[in-house]
Amino acid sequence: MIWNETKECMSRDEMTCLQSARLVKLVDRVYHSVEFYRKKMQAVGLQPGDIRGVEDLQKLPFTTKDDLRSTYPFGLFAVPLSQITRIHASSGTTGKATVVGYTRHDLDIWSECVARCITMAGLGRSDIIQVAYGYGLFTGGLGAHYGVEKMGATVVPMSTGNTKKLITMMMDFGVTGIMCTPSYLLHIAEVIDEMGVKDKIKLKASINGAEPWTENMRLQIEQRLGIHSHDIYGLSEIMGPGVAADCMFHAGLHVQEDHFLPEIVDRTTFEPLSDGQTGELVISTLTKEGIPLIRYRTKDLTSITHGKCECGRTTARLAKFTGRSDDMLIIRGVNVFPSQIEAALLEMDETTPHYRMIVDRVDNLDTLEVQVEVEERYFSDEIRKLEKLSAKIAHVIQQAIGLAVKVKLVEPKSIERSEGKSQRVTDKRKFN
Amino acid sequence: MFVKQLSVFIENREGRLEQVTEVLANEGINILSISMADTTEYGMLRMIVSDPQKAKKALVEEGFSAMLTDVIAVKLEDRVGEMHKMTHILCSLSLNIEYMYALASSGKRAMIVKASDGDAAVKALKDGGLVLFSSEEMCG
Repeated sequence: MIWNETKECMSRDEMTCLQSARLVKLVDRVYHSVEFYRKKMQAVGLQPGDIRGVEDLQKLPFTTKDDLRSTYPFGLFAVPLSQITRIHASSGTTGKATVVGYTRHDLDIWSECVARCITMAGLGRSDIIQVAYGYGLFTGGLGAHYGVEKMGATVVPMSTGNTKKLITMMMDFGVTGIMCTPSYLLHIAEVIDEMGVKDKIKLKASINGAEPWTENMRLQIEQRLGIHSHDIYGLSEIMGPGVAADCMFHAGLHVQEDHFLPEIVDRTTFEPLSDGQTGELVISTLTKEGIPLIRYRTKDLTSITHGKCECGRTTARLAKFTGRSDDMLIIRGVNVFPSQIEAALLEMDETTPHYRMIVDRVDNLDTLEVQVEVEERYFSDEIRKLEKLSAKIAHVIQQAIGLAVKVKLVEPKSIERSEGKSQRVTDKRKFN
Repeated sequence: MFVKQLSVFIENREGRLEQVTEVLANEGINILSISMADTTEYGMLRMIVSDPQKAKKALVEEGFSAMLTDVIAVKLEDRVGEMHKMTHILCSLSLNIEYMYALASSGKRAMIVKASDGDAAVKALKDGGLVLFSSEEMCG
């Protein structure tokens, strides 16, 4: 099944035509309604009329996450707040969130995109789908939720937290689809085994995303649960989940190209790359009203192909993501920058800014341990005081990154002194 | 009337304790008593040694977190009720014992105690008729 054959199966010429028309309108709109874009275009001597189609795309400057931060909270909004229906936000490196706003039309398109992705996974109106992403500022929960409603299936808004209850409802309601992070689904699979209720589960398909995962992990999910598992991609800056997803043939993630114009650029020279070459994914939002983004650098590394897929869709496909071009980590679906932890430690007298982050996946759940050197004078011969200290440090870090951490106190000067942040992070999770 | 205890923070990793004892042996420092408080990740090594200042200096030079802490060394006889005499005195004044361990070395028999309020504990124990060792007596 294809949700929107008109859009998902367009010929390449028709798609280019549609994208060009939308791009021209977009550039004209942001030039006149967003000071940031107008100044940026003027700085390189561009007038809206200079962009006549997708062939002129590369004349436009990039937009980055820093731009979103420097215009916090609403600086990049292209419509008055009275037209904004919903706001989402994700954590940022400096403690300030990255804020995005959606008009009613944006929300409709978002739901449309998610509906397409759910259909790609073989689910339809008669299915019952649990959404087990967190509901809230994070785009995962509500984004998936409205997509299921749009598609016409029955949504069970589980959110996260109570796995046994989720499984009980899965059995009792006859749930056939689930949307959550892949690591959480593997955890659910384990608990299903522990409960010994696998034969009572009617699950057919899962749609998983919000964190990097491997093809192996996907196959593991399929085997353990006897279902089809699909990858869904998105980022809150662009929209949320539903920007792209893979179909039954698992031959890459189909981009909703009529709404999102993808490019792959070299990660150092930023020159455009051709099909099959791996680089940074750059996206322009073609129809977004609330916060349109032009050539937004996602920092996600992948490659693209424009060939027709066996499923009949003609939309461009992204290869499985291989990593990031910055030092951001995605832990339990939360974006974490090492610099956030550094900033938190610097705020406290008791610690030095020397730390080490150990990211691991235990029983399919991400764990984060932060090893911290303690200032000599705050050491105590009493364990109670040291435990109080590590609890305090854990609390401060948790406040900064929004994620529970395990703090381990280590001897002063035991952490290697070196330049560069990459050495501060040991990621033991296997994505390749 | 306190004695100096040498406290060393050590991570739970292989060979760390052996390195501490190596430093002390090389410096010719005698360990009169030793106690180890352990958690899953680290341990706190507490020792009464023959020359605490020298021991601390040597350990810090070798990169250890070592510090000197004031503790009380209560002389206890080898007979029924001695331990109770001490705990009863502290308890009746609502003084908490943070930790304690035994010392029995070169004829000295004592309980090493860290109390919530060191000064008050010293006074109370003395008033109660117990004998406390001084640093000189202990290490000399």
